[in-house]
Amino acid sequence: MTAAIRLDGLVKEYAGPPAVRALDGVDLEVRAGEVFGLLGPNGAGKTTTVGVCTTRVLPTSGSAIVEGVDVVRHPSAARRTIGVVSQYNTLDRSCTVRENLYYHCRYFGLGRAESRVRADELLAQFHLGDRATAMPMQLSGGLAQRVQVARAIAHRPAVLFLDEPTAGLDPQSRLALWELIEGMRERGITVLLTTHYMDEADRLSDRVAIIDAGRVLVCDTPAALKRQVGAETVVQLQLDGAFDGLASVLAGISGVRDVLPTEGGLRVMATAREGLLPRIVEAAAPFELRDVSVSEPTLETVFIRLTGKALRD
Amino acid sequence: MTDPRRPYVRAFAGLMLRDTRVLVRNFAPFVTRTVMNPLLSVFVFAYVFPRIGQGMRAGGAGGANFATILVPGLIAVAMVFQGIAAVALPLSMELGATREIEDRVLAPIPNWLVAVEKIVFGAVQGVVAGLAVFPLVYLIPATPVDVHVESWPLLVVVIALASLASGALGLALGTVVRPQHIGLMFAVVVVPMTFLGCVYYPWAALHPIRWLQIGVLVNPLVYMSEGLRAALTPSLPHMPLPLFLAALVAAVLALSAIGVRAFRQRTID
Repeated sequence: MTAAIRLDGLVKEYAGPPAVRALDGVDLEVRAGEVFGLLGPNGAGKTTTVGVCTTRVLPTSGSAIVEGVDVVRHPSAARRTIGVVSQYNTLDRSCTVRENLYYHCRYFGLGRAESRVRADELLAQFHLGDRATAMPMQLSGGLAQRVQVARAIAHRPAVLFLDEPTAGLDPQSRLALWELIEGMRERGITVLLTTHYMDEADRLSDRVAIIDAGRVLVCDTPAALKRQVGAETVVQLQLDGAFDGLASVLAGISGVRDVLPTEGGLRVMATAREGLLPRIVEAAAPFELRDVSVSEPTLETVFIRLTGKALRD
Repeated sequence: MTDPRRPYVRAFAGLMLRDTRVLVRNFAPFVTRTVMNPLLSVFVFAYVFPRIGQGMRAGGAGGANFATILVPGLIAVAMVFQGIAAVALPLSMELGATREIEDRVLAPIPNWLVAVEKIVFGAVQGVVAGLAVFPLVYLIPATPVDVHVESWPLLVVVIALASLASGALGLALGTVVRPQHIGLMFAVVVVPMTFLGCVYYPWAALHPIRWLQIGVLVNPLVYMSEGLRAALTPSLPHMPLPLFLAALVAAVLALSAIGVRAFRQRTID
């Protein structure tokens, strides 16, 4: 399969002060037609990566090719192949919803009649017909985001960039947006999605790259990443007392793969084995065990395993 | 093989159409903000003052009546004010808090062309503002106004350069001045520019105050006023033609360069 996006040794330094190395050699390949999740905590370099791909950030070094176009050398040409939804509401507040779509089409060279037809088509597809003449400031966050997605694909780009698209949305709008993103796959649009919500990355992405401190740590399907953890069960212990020494006791239990410290407790990675949970609880009880929860590994587990810290600090 | 510049032309036209749509929608506020200052200036200085015997005379203007002096001056101010109100203020918002400029910056067109579109559209609004103001300054004064155009080409060139300079000034101020200082900009830039822009007196009349006469030459509004004076009211003293034309061209180029550069810095990291 051909690469829709290819990033090679991408570095971005900001002079500061303080000097910041936002991207520290990012290599990434996104295949045509896939939904690709870029997962990482705030400040990991997700937005900067999208910024480079969408011609808004000039890299210090390295290259970024989108749909065969070098975005640094040919930004105007690159913009024809990409659609962008940023994490802010950037709708044109002086124009109605329909005009936002219509003028976007005009910027991309569509004629008057063509732009009108396209705007109306998008209004219908995105169930925005009754909001056509509304001004952006009158829209709820979820609706505004829907208009932004409609606008981003109005010129039929091959690749759509969504930067933290559901940040700040209510649960219902979030679900609605997820459905829209899933719809992109059917339209054959490649999607690069950044998020710090692990469930979002897990549910939507064909493949996920986990990024931290400006570097890609791993890149694979969500299932493969979770398998990599090497555990079938994750037992989270919340402890009220000091728990020095408990980790080594737990690590000695047969079936336990790994024990990681978390805030106010320990996280035990284990294989699914009968009788394991009672033994863990028994070992932890003297350390004022307050709460136990058992789950399957998530992408967050993967992240903790890789970085030793939680996704949302 | 199609012309590779064609998409740029179409995108540029799209940006102009968008701005035109917004201008048409906001036409009433546009007219209000455009005509208020010249309307009241000409009413007080050229209608009320002569009638209450508080006549203002321009020193060294050869007895020319004040209303005639005001005609080119107030048209120039109206144009400069458009550059600020139509370009600088919205741009400062769009680049700052609302980030609305994003969709236009992501149009398939070089970044500098998006900035140049702002200048061009500001210039269009400047011309409309100048046309809206002309009947006021011509008809309201109590004393007759001596306007005659000797050279139409000169008038067209002066209006084109003056309006482009206004648009470029708007772009430069809108991109360089931080949004939180935009209010201060009126006190620090707009008010001194207007009062020291040879609006209420011809530049030649400043002769007795030599330091001021030289000092005001940094103000682009001086060349707009003087250029319009040469084109509309040639009976009044005005700067030599090569001087104000060269200065206007220099102002357009310098302010555009500053504005385009700052626009790029504000939109691309």
